[in-house]
This record gives sequence, C-alpha cells and structure tokens, in this order.
Amino acid sequence: MGLRRAGSAAAILPNLSRADIMSSPAVLLEPPAVAADDRCYHCGEPCPDEALALDGKNFCCLGCQTVFTLLQENGLAQFYALNARPGTRIRARVSAARWGFLDDPAVQAALYDYADAAQARVTLQLPAIHCVACVWLLENLFKLHPGVGRSVVNFSRREAAIAFAPAKLKFSELAALLESIGYEPQFTFGEAAKAKVSPWRQRTWLQIGMAGFAFSNIMIMSLPFYLGLDTYNGPWFRTFAGWLALALALPVVTFSAADFWRAAWASYRQRRLTMEVPIVLGLVAIYGSSVFEVATQRGPGYCDSLCGLIFFLLCGRLFQKKTHDRLTFDRDYKGFFPLSVVRKHAGGEECVAISRLETGDHLVLRNGELVPADAKLVAGEGCIDYSFVTGESEPVKCGAGERLYAGGRQVGGAIEIETVKPVAQSYLAALWNNEAFHKPGNQDLDSLTNRYSKRFTRLVIGVAVAAAVFWAFKNPAVSLKAFTSVLIVACPCALALAAPLTHGTAQRRLARLNIYLKNALVIERMAEVDTIVLDKTGTLTTADAGGVRFQPADSGGRNADLSADETKWVASLARLSTHPNSVRIARALGAAALPVHHFEETPGAGVAGEVGGHAIRLGSPAWAGQGAADGDARPGAIAGSAVMVAIDGRVAGAFVLENTLRPEVGKLIALLGGRYEIALLSGDNERESARFRTIFGERAVMKFNQSPADKLNYIRELQQRGRKVMMVGDGLNDAGALKQAEVGVAVVERIGVFSPASDVILDAEQVPKLAQVLDFARRSARVVRAGFAISALYNVAGVSIAAAGLLAPIVCAILMPASSVTVVVFACTVTIWMANRAGLRTEAPPAPEVLR
Amino acid sequence: MNVIIILILVSLAVALLFLAGFVWAVRSGQYEDTVTPSLRVLADETKAPAESISESNSTSKRT
Repeated sequence: MGLRRAGSAAAILPNLSRADIMSSPAVLLEPPAVAADDRCYHCGEPCPDEALALDGKNFCCLGCQTVFTLLQENGLAQFYALNARPGTRIRARVSAARWGFLDDPAVQAALYDYADAAQARVTLQLPAIHCVACVWLLENLFKLHPGVGRSVVNFSRREAAIAFAPAKLKFSELAALLESIGYEPQFTFGEAAKAKVSPWRQRTWLQIGMAGFAFSNIMIMSLPFYLGLDTYNGPWFRTFAGWLALALALPVVTFSAADFWRAAWASYRQRRLTMEVPIVLGLVAIYGSSVFEVATQRGPGYCDSLCGLIFFLLCGRLFQKKTHDRLTFDRDYKGFFPLSVVRKHAGGEECVAISRLETGDHLVLRNGELVPADAKLVAGEGCIDYSFVTGESEPVKCGAGERLYAGGRQVGGAIEIETVKPVAQSYLAALWNNEAFHKPGNQDLDSLTNRYSKRFTRLVIGVAVAAAVFWAFKNPAVSLKAFTSVLIVACPCALALAAPLTHGTAQRRLARLNIYLKNALVIERMAEVDTIVLDKTGTLTTADAGGVRFQPADSGGRNADLSADETKWVASLARLSTHPNSVRIARALGAAALPVHHFEETPGAGVAGEVGGHAIRLGSPAWAGQGAADGDARPGAIAGSAVMVAIDGRVAGAFVLENTLRPEVGKLIALLGGRYEIALLSGDNERESARFRTIFGERAVMKFNQSPADKLNYIRELQQRGRKVMMVGDGLNDAGALKQAEVGVAVVERIGVFSPASDVILDAEQVPKLAQVLDFARRSARVVRAGFAISALYNVAGVSIAAAGLLAPIVCAILMPASSVTVVVFACTVTIWMANRAGLRTEAPPAPEVLR
Repeated sequence: MNVIIILILVSLAVALLFLAGFVWAVRSGQYEDTVTPSLRVLADETKAPAESISESNSTSKRT
C-alpha cells in the first residue's frame, strides 16, 4: 500500500507547521548552548544569533515581535508581566482565507452558541492556552479589536467563550485575529456535534448538596438518640424527629439517589447484578424500615445513615467524573477532518461542509489542509504529509493524476484534487469503521467492582434470608428486624468507593507524568495484560531526534567528508529553513551563521543560496543534483531518508537522516521481557531487523512490512489464543490495532496534537517508563482488592450484629461512615505510595498546571 | 409544644437558607469552572468591554 511508503521520499519543504519539530531538542547532537537572556521575550524559544531586537528585548522571529508590538500598542503589555515568556511561537503566516469556511452560514449555525442581528457568541477551543497571561490576554481581547465583546476563558477546558459583532468583525477574521496572536482555534466535527451543555455537572453538585444538607441536619437531630438522652423529652420527641428526618431524607432518596435507581433498573432489565443493585436494595430496606419504626413509634429510624451513605457515594462518583472529564479526549474520527472544504465549480469556488461532498467533486487544498477523502491530484504539486496516517513525518511528493489518501495533509502550495470515493468509504474511514471500534462496552462490565458486587449481593441476600428464617423459628418478633438490619448494614458503600478512588488517584498520578488514560477501568485491564505488541516507527524510534550522518558521493572525483568551511556553508544555509530535515541538519552541524545571499526555498524540493561565494543547494536528490556535471554519481545505496548537498554544481554527498532509537529502549525491553510476551510489528522494511533482534532477544516475534490490517489481524490472532494484549503504537495507521487490543497505547510527540482511538495516550518521552506503568497498574489492582477486604471486614462485623437482631441506630451511624472513610483514606494514600514504589515519582510536588 | 421544636425549626430554616444559597451558586455556574477564577485574580483589574456589545446578552444562560 502506497501509504506505508510515505517516508521513503526525501523532500525539503518550507513553512511546515509541524510544531513538534520546533520544540523537541536534538538528542544526538546538542543544540548550540544559548544563554537564558538570548531566549525570545515572547515565546521563550532560543533566538538565532542575530536575534531581532526591540526595546532591548530579543525575539526569535518576526511573528513573535509582531505580537509583542501589537500588544504594546494596545496597552496589553501586562501580558509579559504575568508570566515570563508567555507567548506561543508564531509559526506560519496568518491568512484569513484559511478560515473562509467559517463564513458559511451552515458552519456558523453549528458553531455559534448564540446569535442575533447585533452580535454572536461562540465557544472556541484554543489548545494554546497554558498560563495566567493567556487567560488575561484572551479576556482582554476587546482591546485588540472594537468588534470583540466580552470573552470568558475556561482554563481547564482550554476554551474561550467570545462575544463579537459580526458586522464589525467576521467570524473568519476573529479566528485569524486569534491565530495571529498565537491562539489558533481548533474546529472539529466532534466538537460541533457535541452537546453544548454538560448537565451532569450541575446536577451532581445539587445532588451532593442535598444529601450533605440532609445528612448533617438529621445527624444533629439524632444526637440525643445516639447518647440515649431521648427519654428526657419523652417519646413524642422521638416521633417528631423521626418524621422530620423522613421528610428530609425523601428528596435524598428520590433526587440525590436518582442515578442509582436508574442504573439499578437498567441492570434489572438486563438481568445483571451490578454495584447499584445492592445499593438500591439497601436504600429501600433502610427507608422502608425507618418509616415502619417511626410510624409504629419503635424508634427514630436510620435516615442519618441513609443520607450519609448517599452523600459519600456521590462524592466518590464526583471525584471519578471530574477525573474522567479532565482527561477526556475525543476519539471521534470525524474530529480529524476539517469542517468544510473549498469546492470548485463552473462559476468559481465555494465552501462546502464535508458531509455534502460527493464523488467527483473538485476541491482546492491549501497549505496545511487535510485530504478529506481518497482523491486524485488534478493540478499543482502535491506534497502530502501522511503523519496522521502512518506516523511518518516526511511528506510524499505527488504529481498530477496520482492517488491521494484521506487523512494526508497538503504542505506547500495549493493543489486541486478530485475525490474518487465518498468520505465514509475512504481508506481511513474503512479502518476506523472496523468493528473493533464499535465494540460495545462489554469489557467494562467485567470490572473488578462488578465481579465483587455480584458475589456480595448474593451473599448479603443469602445471609438476610438465613437470619430471617433462623429467627422465625426462634423468636418470630425479631425475624423481620434481623432481615432488614442485614440489608441496612451491609450497604456496599465502601465496596463502591474502593475502585473509583484507587483508579482515580492512579489516573491523576499518571496524568501528571503525561500518561493519559481514557477511563479508570483501563488500569484494571492493564493489570491483566500478558502480551505486549510494539510498533517500531515513532514508538521505539524517533524521527525528530534522529542521527544525521554525512555520506560522501562515492565517485566523480571526490570521496571525502565536507571540509570545515563547507560544513559551515551548509549549516548557514540549512538554518534558514524551517523544514524538519533542515532543522535536523542545522542542529547536527552546529552553530554557523555566515551571511547567505540569494536565498531561495523551493517547496517540496530544497533550499539554495550563495554562501561565501559558493552556490550551495540542499534538497531532494533530483533537485539538488540539477546542473551537476555528468558523471557525478549519486551516493550509494542509502538507508533512511537522504538530503543531497551540491556545492558549486557538484554533488558533494548526502545527509542520511536515520531514525534513532529512543533512549533506554533496550532497558525497557529487558524489563518487560521477563514478565510479558513481546512482539514487534513494523510497517517498515527489514533493513533494521538485526539491530532489533539484539534488543528483543531470540524469543520475541518480529514482523516487518506489516500493513495496518496485518497488525490488526495479528492482535486478533493473539486474542484468539487467549492472550490479553497491549498494543503500543503511533499514528492512525495503528488505530485499528490499538482499538482491537485490550489496551491500546498511543505514543504522541506532543500531547493535544494527536489523539487516535486508544485507551492510553503516552507522551513519547515516557515510553521508557512503560514497564513501571504496568507495574503500577498491577499494584493498583491489588490496592482495590485490599479495599474490598477492608469493606468486607466491616460488613462481617456489621452483618453479624444485624443477624443477631441487635442492630442499634448508633452502631449503624458509626459503622457506615467509618468504613467509607477508612476505604477512602486507604485507597488514596496507598495508591500514591504504590506509585512512588513503582518508580513513578513526580519530580516536583503536584505543581499546578498553570506554571507550565 | 416545647421550645426545642421552635429551635429545631429555626435552625432548619437557617440551614435551608444556606442550601438555597448553594443551589443558587451551582445554578449560576460557579461550579462549572473552578480553575480560571483563581487565575483571573492574579491579573490587575481591567475595564469592561466597550459598549458596542451589549452585556446582557453575553451573560445569558445559553451556554
């Protein structure tokens, strides 16, 4: 398949906006040391030697300087006072035309929160928000343009709700304005389709508030009964307090516990025993027996325990939801596509929503835009970056008539394409639509909690019935009391809290290390994994920090490395380009800043210029070798991608950019090898097989030239043999395999840039920690079991008292909160302790994310 | 009737007031975002947006 060969073409491209290239330091060759003062005043990145200076401040590029000037002029200089170097590097020239699709009324209707004749309000995703200064600047946006009204930032969701007057400032202009100051808005289908409101938030808070209110007030009223003081006021007080407590508890049972009722009803209809069933059973038993006791004037009831139980359960649930909410990422594949594209028709061009595309449509793609569906190149020079698809960062050059695949991104000039497949049938959608993606949540039902709760419910009902039968013979008056007391005291509060708190704590700890889990249950599944399948490119190797090697031309008169002077010439030229290959070469060659004349960058080909009187060309073999004397041979067989160097019309050789292994990969494999079965799957050819064999050892399975479907099938095969598989991969290419595996781990170079369907998103730098993470997952599962054991101890004590018919309200009131609190404290502290033991210590104390 | 009933009812009424306050706080969206306000106070006070955009609409509950 053509896609997998994406990396083989070497091409030099300007203006490539792959942000990760700019920010990841070279590992092989240290970048030239830069004093702290030389960093850009705006974005904090190292400045080139002849930095742009203004007001005694250095700037790395014109973009940063422009933003600085703009903010100064509009009285927004405080931006720089709030946080040192708070900006984001301005990477590409801003064009309002790029945002043209935002002026399509259909798109606007989908995105606007509110619109009338005078103003519109929209909530925009601005992933670049990262500090105090960002919040301040965005909320003072009205100072930059009179058309902007009030803007409110939601920091944790990286969102800004902005009101603006479309008459003064078009939506596309607003987007361009934001982009120009470094906050490029992100639009996705998934976002647009998502419901705008998150009703659970407010509801959960209200439910907790209600339960807490009732809990505390009933407890205050019940104090005399705990202490046996109620006889002083006579039985009428007990009745009065009892009815009042029942009244206060009523909204708790109906409103606060509504979700438990609903879940229990659902599991009843599906004939399953989930955690909610014993909870609801307990609720009914407690409230019912309380009504009975109060009505027959036997006692004050158990409403205090009831409300406390629901209060603690809801708190645990809120903690879980908040954790999940914060770490949620969008796995909707539509999210990768732009909302609309420019379609050509007889009269000119128009913006159309992507869902309205038809086969045979002619589309115009500009720099940085995605190919929405499989297509044919009609005009222009295609240079497609398939990094979303294959994980390979080097773009593929295409000529007219060649096939382009969905998910590729055009870099360079505008091209015209003709779609050959509708959006849904394209290559990526076909992979995404694989049934592995629609796997119903069956595995969730198999969670530890549900397995335990099944046994728990059966056991409790069994004990309750046994107690009732026993007392029916011995003393029929106690029979009903024993039956209900068992159900009351055996409430699985602690059981329900153990897993969410442990997993939630674990999830937060991992998130601090830039390891994001889709949900808490992933930890449990990770603990059960016994086979690990690793992808090669982008997972074990990294292109960004790759080794750069110079290979001299092997014939044509010279067979030597570049001289010191020549190295300087080439370095001076390379550093002027922002293309990843140029950046890597410039870093590898070290600092050199000779003046370059006649600098010229040809998209998709290379850079040329005159340094010290010599014409230097750096780029793809076909391009850089142009005008070379006949007989100048190309360098010999090259493994990896090559960038050709020509000096004064003679081919001097080529830079070979190798994919290097991430540091500590060998150690990681050795650690994992002891416990897990390991396999390596790669889309690349076998040229590096020997190197990996030494790392992986003889036993490991190694497969090369694997297509995405091959990877998917291999994992399915393993699963059919009863294996629990964890797939570690990168790129949408592995998406099917990631989803098919019990645990899919996506390795990303920059969080937020890329999120394929997976269960775990792992920052590339944390790959060596994988073994510790798995170790931690197993320990967490043990913590959950220990939590269950603690809760079981309390239950045994409580149930014994209850079955003996001796349950007093005070026992209930003490036992229930005590068991909950013990489990909460145990789960949180032991999980953190375990994380430290597993070697997942965070360097700094829980730093607020504000401080970057 | 006993004075304790009055006391309990009064204390309950006060508690209900607090509950109402909590409900108001939740409904007005104060629990939606608990991070940004803590950042906002770090910056100095700035003037409200220009009058060109009417404030009343932008604070409507249509989030």
